[in-house]
Amino acid sequence: MKHFLPILFLFSVLLAACSPAAPTDASYPSYPSSAPSRALTVMTHDSFSSSEDVIAQFEQENNVKLTFLKSGDTGAALNKAILSREAPLADVFFGVDNTFLSRALQADIFEPYNSPLLAQIPAEFKIDPQNRALPVDFGDVCINYDKAWFVGKNLPVPASLDDLLDPEYNGLLVVENPATSSPGLAFLLATIAKYGDPGYLDFWKVLRANGVVVVDGWETAYYANFSASSGQGPQPMVVSYASSPAAEVIFASQPLTESPTASILDGCFRQVEFVGILKGTPNRDLAEKFVDFMLSVPFQQDVPLQMFVYPVNPAAQLPNEFIQHAQTAPIPASLPVEQIAANREKWIEAWTQAVLR
Amino acid sequence: MKRLLPALLFLGIFFFLPLARILTLGLNPGSFVILGGSFAPRLFEVLRFTFFQAFASTLLTLIVGLPLAFLFARYDFPLKPALRTLTAIPFMLPTVVVAAGFNALLGPRGWLNLGLASLDLPPVQFVGTFQAILVAHVFYNTIIVIRVVGAAWASLDPRLGQAARSLGASPAQVFLRVTLPLLRPSIFAASLLVFLFDFTSYGVILLLGGPKFSTLEVEIYIQAMHMLNLPAAALLSLVQLLCTLAFSVLYSRYVTRLAAPVKPVEQTLKRPRTLAEHLFIFSLSSFLFLFFFLPLLALPIRSVSRLEPERGQRVQVGPALTTDYYTEVFVNRRGSIFYVPPIEAARNSLVYAGLTVAFSLALGFPAALALSRPGRLARWVDPLLMLPLGASAVTLGLGYILTFNRPLLIFSSSLLTSPLLIPLAHATIALPFVVRNLQAALATIPNRYREAATVLGANPFQVWLHVDWPILSRAVVSASAFAFTVSLGEFGAASLLARPEYPTLPTAIFRFLSQPGGLNYGQAMAMATLLMLLTGLFIWLIEHERVAGEL
Repeated sequence: MKHFLPILFLFSVLLAACSPAAPTDASYPSYPSSAPSRALTVMTHDSFSSSEDVIAQFEQENNVKLTFLKSGDTGAALNKAILSREAPLADVFFGVDNTFLSRALQADIFEPYNSPLLAQIPAEFKIDPQNRALPVDFGDVCINYDKAWFVGKNLPVPASLDDLLDPEYNGLLVVENPATSSPGLAFLLATIAKYGDPGYLDFWKVLRANGVVVVDGWETAYYANFSASSGQGPQPMVVSYASSPAAEVIFASQPLTESPTASILDGCFRQVEFVGILKGTPNRDLAEKFVDFMLSVPFQQDVPLQMFVYPVNPAAQLPNEFIQHAQTAPIPASLPVEQIAANREKWIEAWTQAVLR
Repeated sequence: MKRLLPALLFLGIFFFLPLARILTLGLNPGSFVILGGSFAPRLFEVLRFTFFQAFASTLLTLIVGLPLAFLFARYDFPLKPALRTLTAIPFMLPTVVVAAGFNALLGPRGWLNLGLASLDLPPVQFVGTFQAILVAHVFYNTIIVIRVVGAAWASLDPRLGQAARSLGASPAQVFLRVTLPLLRPSIFAASLLVFLFDFTSYGVILLLGGPKFSTLEVEIYIQAMHMLNLPAAALLSLVQLLCTLAFSVLYSRYVTRLAAPVKPVEQTLKRPRTLAEHLFIFSLSSFLFLFFFLPLLALPIRSVSRLEPERGQRVQVGPALTTDYYTEVFVNRRGSIFYVPPIEAARNSLVYAGLTVAFSLALGFPAALALSRPGRLARWVDPLLMLPLGASAVTLGLGYILTFNRPLLIFSSSLLTSPLLIPLAHATIALPFVVRNLQAALATIPNRYREAATVLGANPFQVWLHVDWPILSRAVVSASAFAFTVSLGEFGAASLLARPEYPTLPTAIFRFLSQPGGLNYGQAMAMATLLMLLTGLFIWLIEHERVAGEL
C-alpha cells in the first residue's frame, strides 16, 4: 500500500526519461554542426499526411527543419490559426477548404503570394484572385454504394439525386449531419447547388419521407451504417468521397482486384483545399519555397495515397489504384465561397428544421 | 489558505485565465442580440434536454452503482480484482470505440438483432434512441459511484450497523437510519461528478443518440467548430458554466452540513457465508460482467477477425481469424511522416497519465485538506474547484490557444507547442476528482485523532503519516486511478493540443478510423484493444498494490 505512490511516480519519471525527446529538446538541436540551420512550422489539420522521403527532400534541399502542428479537424485547425493570429504559431497554414475559405480571408490571416507554379494550375481551382490562399488538392464528396448489395437485390443503382426520392430506395441512404460533419455539409451544398434555395428543402423533405438516415459524422456513417465497410451496416449507400472506393482496395484486409464500392457521380460537391502563408511570418522566403514545393510535382504526386484527394497540378501522375478504382465527378457542384460563408448557418439551421425536428 | 494556494494558482492559470480570454473575446454587447429571435426557444429546448438526460442518467447510474459499491466495499470474493478493473475500463475508452462496441452488440446488424432475425423476431432499435444515451452514460460513469461511494463504505465501521441490529433494528432500518446517512456525503459527491459528466456529455450524445439529440456541449461544439460563431459558442459556454457553478454551490452548501466523522476501521471486508450472500454476489457479478464486458468484448473480437465477406456474393462467410491488424499497426506502410509505432503512442499516453496523477495529487491533496475543515473559505472555494468538470472542452481548448500562444510568466517559450500542456490540461479535469475523493475521506477522520497525536508530541508530518495517510490511502488510490483514467481517455484537449510526434492512443485510434478500408478499421480495433489491455493492466496494478499492502 505505501509503495504504490513512489512506484507510480518513479514509473512516470522513467517513462518520461525514455521518451524520444524532452519537450524543450525539439527547439535546441543537440548537434549544431549537422543540424538544419533554420526551421519552418506548418499548421494543418489531422488528416494531413505526406511521405517521409518527400518531406526529407524539401528539408535537405533547403537546409530546413519542418515541423507540423496538427490542430484537430478543418474547423478546429482554422479556429486555432485565427485565434492565434496576433502571435502566429506557424509560418504556413494548410488545409482550409472552399467551405471555410471566406472565413479565413475575412479574418485576414494570410499574406498574398503569387507563386510561379500557379501558372501550372487550372483556373477552376484558383478561387482567391489575390492568391492569399493557393489551391493544393481537391476531392469530390459523392454518394458511395455497395456494388454487391445492388447486384444481389437486382436493383438498379440510382443515377441521380432525383432517383433517390424513388420509393424503391426507401431507407437505403445514410448521410452525415451538416452541422457536425464536413462531408455532410458538402453534400448539403451539392443539393443546394442543384435545386437552389429554397428548392433544396423540398428535396430533403421528400428524402426524409423516403427514410434517409442521418448520423453525426463520417466515421459512424461509413463504419456503422454502410453495408460495404467492415462495419457491415444496414444502408448500401453512404455520403463519402469519390476516392473511397480506391481506399477500400488499398486498405483491404485481403488483396482485391475490384473495389467493393463505387461512386454515384451525380450530386457530388467538389472540396478544394488551400495553403497560405500566415501573416507576420519571419520566414517569408522559406514559406514561399514550401508553398512552391506543395504545388510542385513531387509533393502533388504524393497527395493521393497519403490524403486520398486529387492533386490540382495536372502534371502530377495518379497512382494506379486511383486510375482503376476512383473517379472524379464530370460536372461537380460548386457554389461561390462568399455565398457559402454568408448562408452557412442559415442553410444548416433550415436543414435541421426540415430533416431532424 | 496557503494550502489552497497551489491548486488555486494552477486553476487560475490553466483554467480561469484561458476561459476568461475566450469568453471576453466572444462576449461583446452584440452577442446578446442573438439571444432574441429563434435562438432563445432553441436554447431553452437544449437546456431542457441537457438537464433532463443528465438527471435521468445520474439516477440510473446511482441505481446501478450503489449495490455494486456495496459489493466491492464489503465482500471478498473470487475474481474481485478483475471485476473491479473491468468497471474502470469504459471510463477511459474513446466514445467512438465504445459506440463501435455497442453497435456490434445492439446495432442494426449487431449480434442481438442478428439473433432476433434468425428467430423471426422484429429487430430492436437501440442506437439512435434516448435509451442508448442513458445506457452509455451508466456504462461510462458507474465507476464513479463504485469508487467514490465504495471508498466511504469500505471505511465505515460495520459495528455501527451490528449495534443497531442488536438493538432490534431490521436490516432495512439499519440501511436507512445508519448506513445511508453516513454515506450521504460520498453519495452526493459521486452524484455531482456523474451529473456534471452527463451534463457536459458530447460524444455519447452524437454517436449513440444521433443528430436528433442535442446538449449544450454539442451546440457549443457546432457553433465553435462548424459555424465558427464564437459569440454564440461563448454565450452557450457561459450558460453551461453558470449551471455547473449553481450545482457546485448547492452541493457544497448541503454536503458540508452532512459530513459526520466516523471512527474508521482498517479491515471491513468479509467473505460471503450465507446462501443469500452468495446469491447476491453471484447475481451482481454476473450483471456486472454482462453489462461491462459484452460491449467491450466486440473490440478484441473485431480486432482478430476479418469480417469482409467474399466479394460478389452476399452470403455471410464465417469471420476468419487473423492477426494481420496487430502486425500491421507496427508497419509504416505508406511511409507517412506521421506514422508513430503504437508502442510509442502507448508510452506517450502513459507518460501523460502518470504526470497527470502526479500534478493532480500534488495540487489536490493540500487543497482537499484545507477544504475538509468547514469554514467560509471552504464554502466559497469548493465550488470553484468543481468548475473544470462543467467547462466545455472545446471552449477551454480555444482559450488555451489564446492564452498560451505566447510566452507567459515563467514559461520562456510558447507553452502551446509544448507536449507538457496536455498533462496540465488533463490535471485541471482530474483535480475535481482528486479533491472530491480525498475530501470525502478526510471528512471521516475525526479531528481529535490529529489533536491527540499532536498532544502526544507528533509533528505535523508525523500526524499526517500516522493518522491521515492510513485512512486516506484508499481514497488516494481511487483518486489516482481516476486521474489516470481521465488522462488516458481524454481526447478533446489532446486532439486540439497534441503535437503529431506525441500522439496518444486515442488520437492514434481516430487516425485509423478516419479513412475507409477494412485494414484501417481492423487496426483501430486492434489499437482500442491495446488501450483496453494496457489501461486495465495499470488499474489492476495500482489496486493490486493496495490490496497486497492490506493483507
